[in-house]
Amino acid sequence: MNETTLLKMRGIDKSFPGVRALQQVDFTLNKGEIHALMGENGAGKSTLIKVLTGVYPKDAGTIELEGEGEVSIHSPQDAQNLGISTVYQEITLCPNLTVAENMFIGRGKGAFTNWKEMNADADKLLQSLDIPARATQQLSNCSIAVQQMVAIARAVDMDCKVLILDEPTSSLDEQEVEKLFGLMRDLKAMGVGIIFVTHFLDQVYEVCDKITVLRDGQLVGEYEIKDLPRVQLVAKMLGKEMDDLSDIKGESDEYKGNDAGEIVFEAEGLVSDAGIKPFDFHIRKGEVNGFTGLLGSGRSECVRAIFGADRVLGGKVKVHGKEVKINKPIDAMKNGIAYLPEDRKVDGIIGDLSVRDNIILALQVMKGFFKPFTKAQAKAFADEYIEKLNIKTASADKPIKALSGGNQQKVILARWLLMHPEYLILDEPTRGIDVGTKVAIQKLVLELASQGMSVTFISSETDEMLRTCSRLVVMRDRKVVGELSGDDLTQNKIMATIAGGE
Amino acid sequence: MMKKVLALLMASAMTLGLVACGSSAPASSGSAPAASGGKIKVGIINNDPNESGYRTANDADLKAKFTEANGYEAKFAYSLKNDEQIAAAQTFIQDEVDYLLLSAADTAGWDSVLKDAQAAGVKVILFDRTIDADPSLYEASIVSDMAKEGQTAVDWLASQNLPEYNVIHIQGVMGSAAQQGRSGALDAKVAAESNWNIVKQQTAEWNAEKAQQIVQSVIDAGTPFNVIYAENDDMAKGAVAALDAAGISHGVGKDVVVMGFDCNKWALEELLAQNWNYDGQCNPFQSSYIDEIIKKLEAGETLSQKTIIMDEKGFDATTITQDDVDNYGI
Amino acid sequence: MTKNSKGNALGVIKAIASNQLFIPILALVLLAVVNLIVDPSFFEIKDVTNNAGYLVKSGALVTILDYGSELAILAIGMTLVTAASGGQDISVGATIAIAGSAMLRVLCGGNSRPDTIQAPIIVAFLVACIVGMLCGAFNGMLVSIFKIQPMIATLILFTAGRSIAAWINNNELPIVPDPKFAYFGGFIPGIPIPTTVFIAAICIIIIALVLKFTNLGLYTQAVGINESSSRLNGINPTFIKFLSFVILGLCVAVAALIKVSRLSTINYSVIAKDIEMDAILAVALGGNALSGGKFNIWASILGAYVIQFLTTTLYKFNVPSDALAAYKAVVVIILVVFSAPKAREYMEMFVKKLNPGRKEAA
Repeated sequence: MNETTLLKMRGIDKSFPGVRALQQVDFTLNKGEIHALMGENGAGKSTLIKVLTGVYPKDAGTIELEGEGEVSIHSPQDAQNLGISTVYQEITLCPNLTVAENMFIGRGKGAFTNWKEMNADADKLLQSLDIPARATQQLSNCSIAVQQMVAIARAVDMDCKVLILDEPTSSLDEQEVEKLFGLMRDLKAMGVGIIFVTHFLDQVYEVCDKITVLRDGQLVGEYEIKDLPRVQLVAKMLGKEMDDLSDIKGESDEYKGNDAGEIVFEAEGLVSDAGIKPFDFHIRKGEVNGFTGLLGSGRSECVRAIFGADRVLGGKVKVHGKEVKINKPIDAMKNGIAYLPEDRKVDGIIGDLSVRDNIILALQVMKGFFKPFTKAQAKAFADEYIEKLNIKTASADKPIKALSGGNQQKVILARWLLMHPEYLILDEPTRGIDVGTKVAIQKLVLELASQGMSVTFISSETDEMLRTCSRLVVMRDRKVVGELSGDDLTQNKIMATIAGGE
Repeated sequence: MMKKVLALLMASAMTLGLVACGSSAPASSGSAPAASGGKIKVGIINNDPNESGYRTANDADLKAKFTEANGYEAKFAYSLKNDEQIAAAQTFIQDEVDYLLLSAADTAGWDSVLKDAQAAGVKVILFDRTIDADPSLYEASIVSDMAKEGQTAVDWLASQNLPEYNVIHIQGVMGSAAQQGRSGALDAKVAAESNWNIVKQQTAEWNAEKAQQIVQSVIDAGTPFNVIYAENDDMAKGAVAALDAAGISHGVGKDVVVMGFDCNKWALEELLAQNWNYDGQCNPFQSSYIDEIIKKLEAGETLSQKTIIMDEKGFDATTITQDDVDNYGI
Repeated sequence: MTKNSKGNALGVIKAIASNQLFIPILALVLLAVVNLIVDPSFFEIKDVTNNAGYLVKSGALVTILDYGSELAILAIGMTLVTAASGGQDISVGATIAIAGSAMLRVLCGGNSRPDTIQAPIIVAFLVACIVGMLCGAFNGMLVSIFKIQPMIATLILFTAGRSIAAWINNNELPIVPDPKFAYFGGFIPGIPIPTTVFIAAICIIIIALVLKFTNLGLYTQAVGINESSSRLNGINPTFIKFLSFVILGLCVAVAALIKVSRLSTINYSVIAKDIEMDAILAVALGGNALSGGKFNIWASILGAYVIQFLTTTLYKFNVPSDALAAYKAVVVIILVVFSAPKAREYMEMFVKKLNPGRKEAA
């Protein structure tokens, strides 16, 4: 082990039923280093943290700590005893106790507490870390940032060598973030190694020394901050090497949408309770556009707001230039809007119901509670779309959960196409399905658009979007940061916009 | 479940009461007659009157007796929970009542509060249920004798001189004082006499519908019977519903003798109409006994016995009158 | 060749076994066989003249039809609640007490022993329906709007219901003087079959029509299987769950009519005691998942009659009525264990072991 190496994780494997969450991941942390752990949602960041803190047992690999050699961590308590402390996004302290009590709770050596001494110690520590709080203050009276700092102070005082900050800044305003960074730099000077998990790129470049990038449970690499420009970082996270990103555009000369068509749908200052900033948006007849950005950047939340899937808090919505109210999905459906949700299992399929019931569901709901389709009608609809979309199922009576992912997705697609919407929103329609179906869905999108349907298409695979969309709305940190169309529609341009800054 | 617990408690209360009765109880001494010139202050702690028809009648009886007109100033507290009852008792002691009348929810846990009462000069009289405490802590306890109720009923049945007794015996919640008392006498008689048979003996848990199904199952099986011995009126009513549906006649001079307990007013009306044959009383009217005891104590007399068992009648359909229905129906 | 036919036979057995009606029918057959062996007279139906002077059918089977019918009515509502909310209503018995008490209050006008009924029976019944539906609405509101676990939410009425019932009639026990009122839980003069059978038939026809001419079935199952997805398809899951409880409330009111009519009076503390357990058991016996989702209402209804068959058989075998629950518990345990995915895995492994040649044949 190197002199300055604090923590060394090698070859970490971790599987959950059906998922390999971590495969052969290495991670190294030095003394006095702030190390960003980056990756999209689901890349394996939090699994790695949980393995390190003993929440999950690892399947394979070793963890070495400075001065301890190889260690086995079976519980969060073990981790704490070894000097690994974690501060989570949500405050896990007791708001009704004082700051000092929160710092020392559960750590008394004996049955008695010397309150005076405890408060004095706490004040000393708070001062040394420059935390604007008094020992005797009730915690709930402090701002969220200060509460977070108290949590850090508690961790630091427990002789922590490794401090893990898991998305600590997501509920802080800019000034509070600055204060927190000040504290992090102080700790760094004291030789503490800090693992910083965040999805704010700006913050990474402001405070971190090194970056480790994970993707799909695998290590992409470890980089010095100065060696990895933002665009590169985004590329690493998305899994595109800059060199590979030859422009795929032009590969197809299929229909690209009609910029001059009538505006079918228009939103102004739309905002929902899912934490996105208000945004403006419009789509024309026969246009295919898309929302792009990293996972978690708010692109799904935007389309959910359009469909009324999340609670809409404000903004104006117009359909064909006429203002309408869309508060819940049925409102959107009545206005000719259809939405294929991102998470097929949770929001899409009704697992135990038959393929037929799944196909007719949306149209049936539109038709009304007291007007069920006859068996013959339902069968006709189902058979028509099973054939049209080439859905592979033994019969329309099979429960949808028995189908493969791609065929399930086609059933959901059939459900919405049956409704003959004017505006179709597809959120990750190609995720987790085979290549053949992916291509078929992309083709279908362009075909529908040529018939006059407006389509919003979201995909994690940028090239898919480049192939289908004529206009892209780019999102970062839950707000719209740019819009690209025409010649700007290139991988490089998209990534630059996502990365921002510089 | 609650009922079962209650029933068990009642059962243990009964046995304890009998034990207490057996032990020689020292007469209360040193208690000066309450000298308050005006009314006698009584604090009455009872179970919730909604518990049963019996309790409703019991409460109404107490309310009618302990009135200002009768020289009392009464306060009432109701609960099915022991701790709430104890809290109520403490309040009454602080209010300096002269007498504390108590039908305890639970047999245990009363010692300390009753000692407080004694120290404060408050006299305690138990009614309906006894408790698990030293007898010196209370003046008297007034209870029903369920075994005697059963014996009276069985004696009446024997006096009918039927050539053969084929009895459907519908029991109350098993283990309850009422069930044990009322079953005991019949079981003994059946064991002793060769022409007494039990066709079916099953608990319907005081529930009319279950009784109806039990009798229905006997009828469906085609087993002959000529007596229904139901341990309360509700179950007798359920049994009769099954008889009616199957076209089996019942009542005075009919095929099946119907017997019930508790003397609900509607049950006595059935007797009066000769649809049923017998109803045994479980006397909820303890107030006159209590009144008598208080009068004696106020006069400085000592009580001859600590446990007082109430008179309980059995009514025969051939002799019952409208007056009986009005006076004894609950 | 032989192997092939054996495989086919197994396939047929598997197909039958996977049908939802299989479990209740199997249970029914088992019970019938046991009774046939022990006492064939169990199945006799006699004609007797009841004390009102009319010819009626009598026998264990009639008893089963009679009491099974009230359970079947409750099973209809319980199935919908189970499917939509993934939980059960345990306040059914207490709600029967409330609805029944309200009915008596209207019929007797607050007088415990009136000479004539104070309002037409139909009015009293409609009031009971409203009361039952209000109770259902209360439960439904807690479950659908406040997202309380159904069992916890209905625990409130389970606990308080019987006291409320007693309070409605000032703790009096009114007796309905009109003999016509007894028809609903007994016999209509001249008709030899228990009235409950007709009432259940009407309820079954109504629910069949509702399921055919509305989307209640589709919506309820969709909400029960995947609430989030249902919402995104324009269904209002809150309303569907609420509705299922209101429908159960209506079923409860009908059951209350039968219950109160049987004795023309009510005992608040024991009327319809533990009937919710039988209703839930009927749903489970019908092969419906107690965790909600897909349902088969006919299987539940059949399940209700099977439960009553079991109850009547147990009475016949002199099982004390306080021990009935224990026997039913055994049935529940068997059902739950056998419907658990783990147990199914084991059974499949077992079948494979029994039939190792099947793979080659296929």
